[in-house]
Order: sequence, then C-alpha cells, then structure tokens
Amino acid sequence: MPDFLSAEILARAQFAFTVSFHIVFPAFSIGLASYLAVLEALWLKTGDEAYLTTFRYWLKIFAVAFGMGVVSGIVMSYQFGTNWSVYADKTGPVLGPLLGYEVLSAFFLEAGFLGIMLFGLERVGKKLHFMATLMVAVGTLFSAFWILSVNSWMQTPAGYGINEAGQFIVEDWWEVVFNPSFPYRLVHMTLAAYLTTAFVVGGVGAWHLLKDRSNRPARIMFSMAMWMALIVAPIQVIAGDMHGLNTLEHQPAKVAAMEGHWETGSRVPLLLFAVPDNEAETNHFEIGVPALASIILKHDPDGVIRGLKDWPKEDRPPVFIVFWSFRIMVAIGFLMVGIGLWSLIARARGRLYESPLLNKAAVLMAPSGFIAVLAGWVVTEVGRQPYTVYGLLRTADSLSPVEAPAVATSLAIFAVVYFIVFGTGVVYILRQMAERPGAPEHAPEGPTRAAAYTTDYVKLAEGGRHD
Amino acid sequence: MIDLPLLWALLIAASILIYVILDGFDLGIGILFPFLETDEDRDTAMNSVAPVWDGNETWLVLGGGGLFATFPLAYSVLMPALYVPVLLMLLGLIFRGVAFEFRWKSRGHRKAWDHSFTIGSMVAAFCQGIALGAFVQGIEVDGRAYAGGWWDWLTPFSLLTGLALVIGYALLGATWLVMKTEGRLGLKAVRYARVTMIGTVMFIALISLATLSLDPRFMEIWTAWPAILYVAPVPFAVALLAFYLWRSLGRAMDHRPFLATIGLFVLSFVGLGISLFPYVVPLNITIWDAAAPDKSLGFLMVGTAFLLPLILGYTGYAYWVFRGKMKPGEGYH
Ligand code: HDD
Ligand code: HEM
Ligand code: HEM
Repeated sequence: MPDFLSAEILARAQFAFTVSFHIVFPAFSIGLASYLAVLEALWLKTGDEAYLTTFRYWLKIFAVAFGMGVVSGIVMSYQFGTNWSVYADKTGPVLGPLLGYEVLSAFFLEAGFLGIMLFGLERVGKKLHFMATLMVAVGTLFSAFWILSVNSWMQTPAGYGINEAGQFIVEDWWEVVFNPSFPYRLVHMTLAAYLTTAFVVGGVGAWHLLKDRSNRPARIMFSMAMWMALIVAPIQVIAGDMHGLNTLEHQPAKVAAMEGHWETGSRVPLLLFAVPDNEAETNHFEIGVPALASIILKHDPDGVIRGLKDWPKEDRPPVFIVFWSFRIMVAIGFLMVGIGLWSLIARARGRLYESPLLNKAAVLMAPSGFIAVLAGWVVTEVGRQPYTVYGLLRTADSLSPVEAPAVATSLAIFAVVYFIVFGTGVVYILRQMAERPGAPEHAPEGPTRAAAYTTDYVKLAEGGRHD
Repeated sequence: MIDLPLLWALLIAASILIYVILDGFDLGIGILFPFLETDEDRDTAMNSVAPVWDGNETWLVLGGGGLFATFPLAYSVLMPALYVPVLLMLLGLIFRGVAFEFRWKSRGHRKAWDHSFTIGSMVAAFCQGIALGAFVQGIEVDGRAYAGGWWDWLTPFSLLTGLALVIGYALLGATWLVMKTEGRLGLKAVRYARVTMIGTVMFIALISLATLSLDPRFMEIWTAWPAILYVAPVPFAVALLAFYLWRSLGRAMDHRPFLATIGLFVLSFVGLGISLFPYVVPLNITIWDAAAPDKSLGFLMVGTAFLLPLILGYTGYAYWVFRGKMKPGEGYH
C-alpha cells in the first residue's frame, strides 16, 4: 500500500474525523443545556409564558443534538482501544480513571435526568422538572471537566511515573487532574461552548426578527445572545491569550507552528498572512506586523522566541494546518467581539430589534462558533504532533496491531454513515429552526409533530398511572 | 488489603450485566419493531423506552471505560481482536439511537427511520453476541498485544452466540411490552414472548454444550466431582425459571415475565462467570495480570463507592416517574 495509506495515517484520519463530528454536538449542547436552565428559571420566576415557549422551542432542538452527541461519543470511547491499543495499555492507569469519573459523574447524570427533562414536565411538576434540567446542564459541564483534564494531561503530562511494563502510573492525582494546561483549556472550551450556542441562538432569533420584529420569543433569543456576545467574547480573547502564553511555556514548538516562526530570534513579527512550507523550512508570501509577536508573547519587543528549526525535523508538528487554523479561530474571536459591540450600540439607540443589518450579520455568524471550535481543536491536536502524550509517547508508537485494510474499511464506512446520519440530523435541526417560535403546534405531519409527541407522551403515560 | 482487581472485576461484570438487561429490552423493542404491524403500536412501544434508552446505553460506556481504567491490558488486547464486531455494533447503535428523535422529525421518511431503528438494533445485538462468542472461545495474545488477524472472531460458535443474543433481547423486549402495554399490543407481546422464549432456552442449552467442547478446562469445571455440587444448581435454576416464565405468560399482564427473563439472563451470566473466572482475556490473561496499579484502582473506587449508589438511586427514580401502562393509540389525534 502507498505510504499515505499506512495504518497510522488511516487511524489518525479516522480519529480526527469521528472526534470532529463528535465535538460539534457537545459544543452546542453544553451551551444549550445551560441556556435552557436559564430560560426555565426565568419562566419560573416571572411566570411569563414567552420564556416557556422559547424553552420548548430549544428543547426540541436540544433533544436531536444531544442524541447525536451521545451516539458519536460512544464511538469515541471505544476507539481508544480499537485503534490506539498500545496507547490505551500505556495510559490506561492514568487516563482510565479520569474517563471513569466522566462516566460516573457526568454521563449518568445527563442520561438519568434527560428523560424527565424531555418528557416529564407534567409528570413531576415545575420544580422537580427544573431540577432535572439543571442536572442535565451540570452533567454536561462535568463531562467537559473530565474529558478536558484527560486531553490536557496528554498535552502537558504531570504527576506520573513509568513502571517496568512501560505504563504510565500515577504519583500524584491532584497533579494529574490539574495538570498545567488544564485550567486554561477548561475555561477556554467552556466559554467556546457558550459562545457557540449564543451565536446559534442569536442567529435564529435574528432570522425570525427579520420576518416579524414583534415576535416575543425571537426578541428574547436575540437580546440574550447579544448580551452573551458582548460580555463573553472579550473574556474569551483574554482567556485565549493566557492559554497561548501557557502553551508557550509547555509546548513551545506548537506556538512556533501557530506563529509560523522558523528562526529563533528577537523582534519577531506577527504574521497576518503566510504560506508555511515544511520542506523548504520557510514561509512564502509573508505579511506581518514587525515585533508584535514578541510583544504579545514576551511583553517585550526584544523578547526572544524559539523558532521551529530549534527542533529536529521529526519532532515538529505540521506547520501549515496549525498556522491557518489558529488564524481562523482568532479572526472569528475578534468578529464575535465586534458583533457584541455593535449590538451594544444598537441597544443604546433602542434599535436592537430594528436593525436589519445587525440581524443579517448575526444570521451569518450563526455557525461561526462551530468553525472556531473545530479550528481551535485542530491547533491543539495537530500542534501536539508527533506525540500522543507530549514528549513521551509518539503517535507512531501508540497504534493498534490492526491491519491497514481494516482501518481503511472502517474509515470509509464511518465517513459515509456520518455524513448521511448526522447530515440528516442537521437538516432536521435547521428545519426546526425555520419554524416560527410560538407558532401553533398541531400540524398532523411535519416537524411540529415532535411537539405533539412531547406533550402527548405525557398524556399518554398519564392515562396509565397507577396512583 | 482488599483485593482491588477482584472487586473491580466483579463491578465491571455487574455493569456489563446491567447493560445487557437494560439495553437488552430496548434493543429488543427495535428487533420486534417490524412485527408490531401498526404504526400506532410502534409509537407506543417506542415511547415506552424513549425516556430511558440513553441511560441504558450509558452502562455500555461504563463497561468500556471501566475496562480501560481498571484492566487497560485487557482493553488493549480485546478491542483490536474484536475490531470488526465492535465497530459494527457502534454503527448499529448510531442508526438506532438517532431514530428515537429523527422518526418524529422526518417528513415522509418515517418508514426509513423505522427500518434504521430495527436494523441498527439487530446489528448491535448480533455483534454483541459475536463479541461474546469470540471472547469465550479465546483470543491469541503475544506479549502485551493481540496477535491474531482481523477476521479471527468469525467462527460458527460466535455466529451462534450472535443469534442467541438477538433472540434473547427480543424476549426481553417482548416481556417488557407485556409489562408496559395492554390490549392488542399486549396480547401480541405475549405471543412473541412465547416464541422467543422457546428460542432463548434452546440457545442457552446449545451454547452451554458447545462451550463445554471448546476447551477441556470448561468440561472439567462443570463435571468434576465434587465441584459439580456447586455448579449443578445453575442449569436446574434455568429450567425452573423457564417453566415459571411460561406459566406467568398466560396470566396477568404484569411484571412477572419480565423479571423471570431477567433471571434467565442473570443465570446465564453467572454460568459464564463460573467458566471463565479468573480470566479477563479467556485462558490467557487473568484479572491480576491485567489490572492497573492499586493506586489507580483505589482512586476510582473511592468515587465509585459514593457515586454508584447515587446513580442507581436517580436511575430508579427516572424509571419510577415513567411507571405504569402505556395506553395504545391515545394521544395521537
Ligand atoms: C481524550 C483525548 C482527546 C480529546 C478530548 C481530543 N482528542 Fe484529538 N486526538 C487524540 C485525543 C483526543 C489522540 C488519541 O491522542 C489523537 C489520535 C492520534 C493522535 O496523534 O492523537 C488525536 C488526534 C487528533 C487529530 C489528528 C492530528 C494529526 O494526526 O495530525 C485531530 C485533527 C484531532 N485529534 C482533533 C480533535 C478535535 C476536533 C477534538 C475535539 C473534541 C479532539 N481532537 C479532542
Ligand atoms: C476523545 C475524546 C472524547 C470521548 C472518548 C468522548 C466520549 C463521549 C461519550 C461516550 C459520550 C456519550 C455519553 C452518554 O452515553 O450519554 C459523550 C457525550 C458527550 N461528550 Fe464526549 N467525548 C470526547 C470528547 C469530548 C469533548 C472534548 C467534550 C467537551 C469539551 C465532550 C463533551 C461531551 C458532552 C457534553 C456529552 C453529552 C452529549 C452531548 O452533549 O451531545 N466530549 N462523549
Ligand atoms: C482572539 C481570540 C482567541 C485566542 C487568542 C485563542 C487562543 C487559543 C490557543 C492559543 C489555543 C491552543 C492552545 C493549546 O493547544 O495549547 C486555542 C485552542 C482552542 N480555541 Fe481558541 N482562541 C481564541 C478564540 C477562540 C474562540 C472564539 C473559540 C470558539 C468559540 C475558540 C475555541 C478554541 C478551542 C475549542 C480550542 C481547543 C481546546 C483548547 O485547547 O482549549 N477560541 N485557542
């Protein structure tokens, strides 16, 4: 088989493909679960039915997205073993218990209360139902906590030893869980999930405002989303900057790839555009701001930054992908800040709901969070190459003894199935979003059917109550 | 000191058993789906598991994640060995999992998602059975890695266990419906429970005999004197339970057939445990060989001791909230 179809490359492609699909759903459902909890709290507090309508509207979408997150996640938890068995054997004693805690503290909590959240409002009453919604939201956050701890440990391993079988073993659990990059990654990813959701909600609200400015639920959505953009986006930029400084300390080669620096030196420019070339070990078509990278990373124009050539070729990550993914993410971050400020101005003028241009921009930005999340993960993961456990275990040495044709087949099947199944799911979600919030919900066939399903399930089950 | 590897082996076995029972009945609903004939009955059957299926499947994640955490060597040997059945199972779970929501959202493609629900459930059940069979018949190991090819799992024995699990899950699903529904659908469920029960008992017998012939070790465990005194009650109890199940199916439509079926699964599982103990990779790697260091096992045990009762509590509560019979047809105006 040709080189680029080695079992290793195929397994990496399969992992990247499946996890990229997976992360899209949690990024949305972490944010949406919290948003739903807030909406329900507002409804309980004010008694305003518009909040309930908005809650129900997003609950249907949440159900679909969450279902896809679960099934794509189960695939992930088995792939460590099927495709990365050597990695699994070696890291199991350290990472296994963390994943175990994710299952016990997060997945069960989400799953246990999801049924009540989706179908149980009339059965358990308002208060208990709100409890269930809250538990689901908390569960998604616990989930992020543990999985990011796992991922961060692979980036910045700490608190470990190595036994005679070559396995990583634990010396200090606290250091393992709260490894050096974990706090930054947790904050950055949680904010990313909230921003992603805010922009989806804002985009949907704006879409409906463009058609009918008086629609209450659409106004609620848009206003809340714009507050999030205004407050959270700037925090995310600051968090991202701190995250980058932390990375510079622990994974300088990754930062060099993000910045596209080949030579070690001072007064390093911040590149706005470049085409990095791994073979020639240089960039083509550079456009940059002099000394700015030194200022950002070292807070000093004369600060020295290590370039990629400091590392042997086989220890460097692929530069082009890391460089450009990073720029895409950062650009979106600043666009988000921009939308937040724009909405503040519109709000101050009392024209938040009457500014078609702002509404249209918000519709355009609706998917931006997903793109930034994916770009961010690509920076993180590709930038970690050629290691799975940074500096300690190479990707090439992590692989299962599974033959290339097996991996090629499974990858092809995953590709087809994911595009069909999750593609269809996304179409259903978009259709649901096209429904006007607050519209009557009793069409016999069609997407509103789900609403009938939800409420009727309750009646249906009510009929058979024993007490 | 407590024997942590042993304790963990029991816990993981328990979580796999809980998975088999819980997801077993909702996969079983999927397997029976085409035989439910009317859309109305299908709606009712699916609604009876919609609030709990995600929780049921989480036990599978605990089984896999738990194995990774506590017996990483076993996890890293078994997963490549079972590459094909495991991945096919995951794909099956995708198709059936999304059907719960997609079915109501599709315009005019409802049939397609019904098929996706059925085929996904069947594939998942069949592959789990195959994985079980391949596991029992033994796995080639060299050093710390799987040493066989990617089709080694495919044998007559594993196909037999695959079929057995499909039928067994259908029985779980049918008796669940007996408990949760009434009227026409309930009567239908009783009929299907009868058929699948005969099939299940036959498969249990067949597989037990086939297992004995797999390796002299199995024969010895089950027939040597005086150990036979301890193990003989297992087949006896199976026969008794099967009889009880058959009788209870003719009477009130309540929880008894479902509980009896669970009993059958528990007994078969115990029988399996007797044959395989103390191996995690049968006849090659024992639980003590594969266990992670005590520090890892202990760390996870502390939290588990506290979280598992909590999980059982709120899972039980969720089942309690949705208790009682479903009424066919009602609600779909
Ligand atoms: C728990 C650990 C973990 C987590 C949370 C993630 N990954 Fe990862 N990722 C891995 C563990 C891992 C890995 C097992 O370690 C891989 C497989 C091969 C490798 O080098 O690292 C990997 C590789 C890998 C690659 C291939 C890199 C390359 O081969 O050049 C990409 C693009 C991603 N991942 C993307 C993601 C995305 C989009 C994630 C968002 C959820 C993500 N990863 C989360
Ligand atoms: C390789 C890494 C990953 C693995 C192995 C993994 C595993 C899983 C599994 C097994 C599930 C289903 C749980 C259930 O049955 O209910 C799941 C769902 C979920 N995962 Fe992941 N996951 C990974 C990456 C991530 C990341 C990076 C995040 C977020 C920061 C995340 C957040 C979630 C959340 C919130 C859910 C709940 C379902 C949803 O929200 O759609 N996961 N994951
Ligand atoms: C100007 C703004 C931003 C900066 C400076 C920034 C900085 C960074 C850096 C340096 C990393 C890589 C860390 C590492 O691998 O060590 C990263 C990763 C990431 N970024 Fe950003 N980011 C910004 C905006 C955003 C936005 C707007 C989003 C999403 C809405 C986002 C989502 C992510 C995600 C999901 C990751 C991967 C997980 C992680 O390592 O935290 N980022 N970011």
